[in-house]
Amino acid sequence: MAVMKKKGNKDTPTISTSSLPDIIYMLLFFFMVTTVMREVTLQVLVGLPVASEVQKLEKKSLISFIYVGPPTVALQKQFGDSPRIQLNDSFSKLGQVIDFVAAERDKLSESDSNQMTVSLKADKNVRMGIITDIKQELRRANALKLSYTAYKHKVK
Amino acid sequence: MARKVPEINASTQADIAFLLLIFYLVSTTMNVDSGIYRMLPPWVENEQEENANKVNDRNLLKISINSRDKLQVGGKGLDVSQLKDEVQKFILNSTNDANLPEKVETEIDLIGKYPVSKGVVSLLNTRETSYDIYIQVQNELSRAVNELRDALSMKTFGHKFIDLSSDQQKAVTSAIPNQISEAEPRVK
Repeated sequence: MAVMKKKGNKDTPTISTSSLPDIIYMLLFFFMVTTVMREVTLQVLVGLPVASEVQKLEKKSLISFIYVGPPTVALQKQFGDSPRIQLNDSFSKLGQVIDFVAAERDKLSESDSNQMTVSLKADKNVRMGIITDIKQELRRANALKLSYTAYKHKVK
Repeated sequence: MARKVPEINASTQADIAFLLLIFYLVSTTMNVDSGIYRMLPPWVENEQEENANKVNDRNLLKISINSRDKLQVGGKGLDVSQLKDEVQKFILNSTNDANLPEKVETEIDLIGKYPVSKGVVSLLNTRETSYDIYIQVQNELSRAVNELRDALSMKTFGHKFIDLSSDQQKAVTSAIPNQISEAEPRVK
């Protein structure tokens, strides 16, 4: 105790913050590596179903997304709450699926175009009617690789 | 005496890093998408033509889901949890029952002779069936086939299906094909 009194200075020493940027940079790089940019703003609510036998979607560039579900709460006043199809950034009619698939296919190189996969992100509460219609349209557009997107969940 | 280099003030570096960090925090989506893969049958102009290559009755397992999400498999009501075993029983036909699908001895690379089942699962749903139950059924069908493939992989190669080389996977896949036929839903 006597030693401390001798010093006399009661100021708490400042903590060195020089290593703080390093820590933050570490976090930053982690997020930069793991990040996947959101490409579209969702206008439909998609509560994905749960399944155990899911496979990861490989090769992001080959995948086109079709969203199906009721409009988001903010848009429900305008559009009601019956399920709708969203392609790219807007609500779409069933007939536009073919054009959408053709446009997506054009973006891919020739060798990849038959590898194209459509990922169907549909709300679990929608009825099969609309899903079947989409499937028929996809068959017509010759986009036969389909993935029903679902959350992975182990079964018992 | 060496001249002292003036130190650069690094205290704002943290702020810059924070800014970038927050940007990535907001724009990031962690979960990688995953889903159940299915191949759709190619489009045919006339659905009647498709029925031309009709499969034998014994080779067909009819699963129908009604508008109240109730399941009927081969004429009897079943729960989703029982579906997997039913499908496996149908595909394997271990007792060579005359009512269950035929098997064809096929020569497969790496495996050799294997009785490949000709069974086809036919899935029928109404337009009012919910997507949730549909996915559950698709999931159970995948699970049934995946378990059989795993079992065969373990028996012949000593590894699970997922750990096999692509050639081995191809062999197992042709030994236990995943044949699902989806009919047009009935219009109510």
